[in-house]
Amino acid sequence: MKYLFILVVSCFLSCKSEVKTEVKLTANLPPLEIQDFSGVEPYLNLEGPKTYVVNFWATWCAPCVKELPYFEAIQAKYIEDVEVILINLDFPRQYESKLKPFLYEHQLKSKVVVLDDPDMNYWIPKVDSNWDGAIPVSLIYNSSKRSFYKRTFAYNELEAELKTFLTTK
Amino acid sequence: MNVIYSLLIFFAAVLTTDSVDNGYDIGDIATDFNLENIDGKFVSLSDFIDAEGFIIVFTCNTCPYAVLYEDRIEALNKKYASQGYPLIAIMPNNVQTKPGDSMKSMKQRAIDKGFTFPYLMDAGQKIYPQYGATKTPHVYILESTTRGPVVRYIGGIDDNYKDATLVKTNYVEDAIEALKKGNLIKQTTTRAIGCSIKL
Repeated sequence: MKYLFILVVSCFLSCKSEVKTEVKLTANLPPLEIQDFSGVEPYLNLEGPKTYVVNFWATWCAPCVKELPYFEAIQAKYIEDVEVILINLDFPRQYESKLKPFLYEHQLKSKVVVLDDPDMNYWIPKVDSNWDGAIPVSLIYNSSKRSFYKRTFAYNELEAELKTFLTTK
Repeated sequence: MNVIYSLLIFFAAVLTTDSVDNGYDIGDIATDFNLENIDGKFVSLSDFIDAEGFIIVFTCNTCPYAVLYEDRIEALNKKYASQGYPLIAIMPNNVQTKPGDSMKSMKQRAIDKGFTFPYLMDAGQKIYPQYGATKTPHVYILESTTRGPVVRYIGGIDDNYKDATLVKTNYVEDAIEALKKGNLIKQTTTRAIGCSIKL
């Protein structure tokens, strides 16, 4: 009985301390950039000298999470010519509990913009007229070329696609 | 020469689009199916002899958007099954990829949520590609005609996934009300975010 008590107390203490650390870690993160579609639309039409790689994702979307490191690797390798923008579609009630811990854990270097706009039928066609809303999807564009991808990428596939943009400039 | 070149590009574009976006358009005749329900029985559209139409919802247990709409699709079935438009849910994911969508999990979810509609497994993933469904949830409204079930609406359920009380337009309800009155459906296709169907 005594051991059971110790077990329960120690579990209680350790669980409590875990919660505390997590809160502290995510509290140190910069605030999320949360936008409705009017705030996100400019990121789909940047007019700078770079090639822009935009990916729509969410922490609850397994294929999105799988390809996220490839977008990070592209950002790192082509830092001078490419800007990766990760448009997040997590649910607002999970910003603190799921999204912030995810961003902390994965230490994402690419720009993350959170899109919170429930009127999807309004904004989905504005991203691309052929998109019906399934994620993941990606958009790559620069001053001379623009393509929308309803697919997932392996790293080499993403890099090969990107190179077709870098050579067209 | 330029004209010919432009025409070639135009046709190439048309062909590419068609090959990518296959599946039904509004006005097409939908295929019937014979898929296993959570009670072990097989369900087809032709079983519903008196149905004036159907609300077909490709959905699953594991997609957060699908989960957000569970209560709303149950409410649609409660409201419209008795008016001749039963709702039929079809789970299109590969259960090897998404074990949380297995027949056992579908049964459990249906019990937990008290689903009153058939919840069918697209075993072998043969049906959703014919419809052209790409995600969960993805709705097709069919109207029974002498030619077969005609696709009248493709898209989302309403315009606010986050909060049913803030919905301004109920796409599915509006479409069915229009069908019942013999009116034209105002919005025959809508877009909504969803989880890609898992291969």
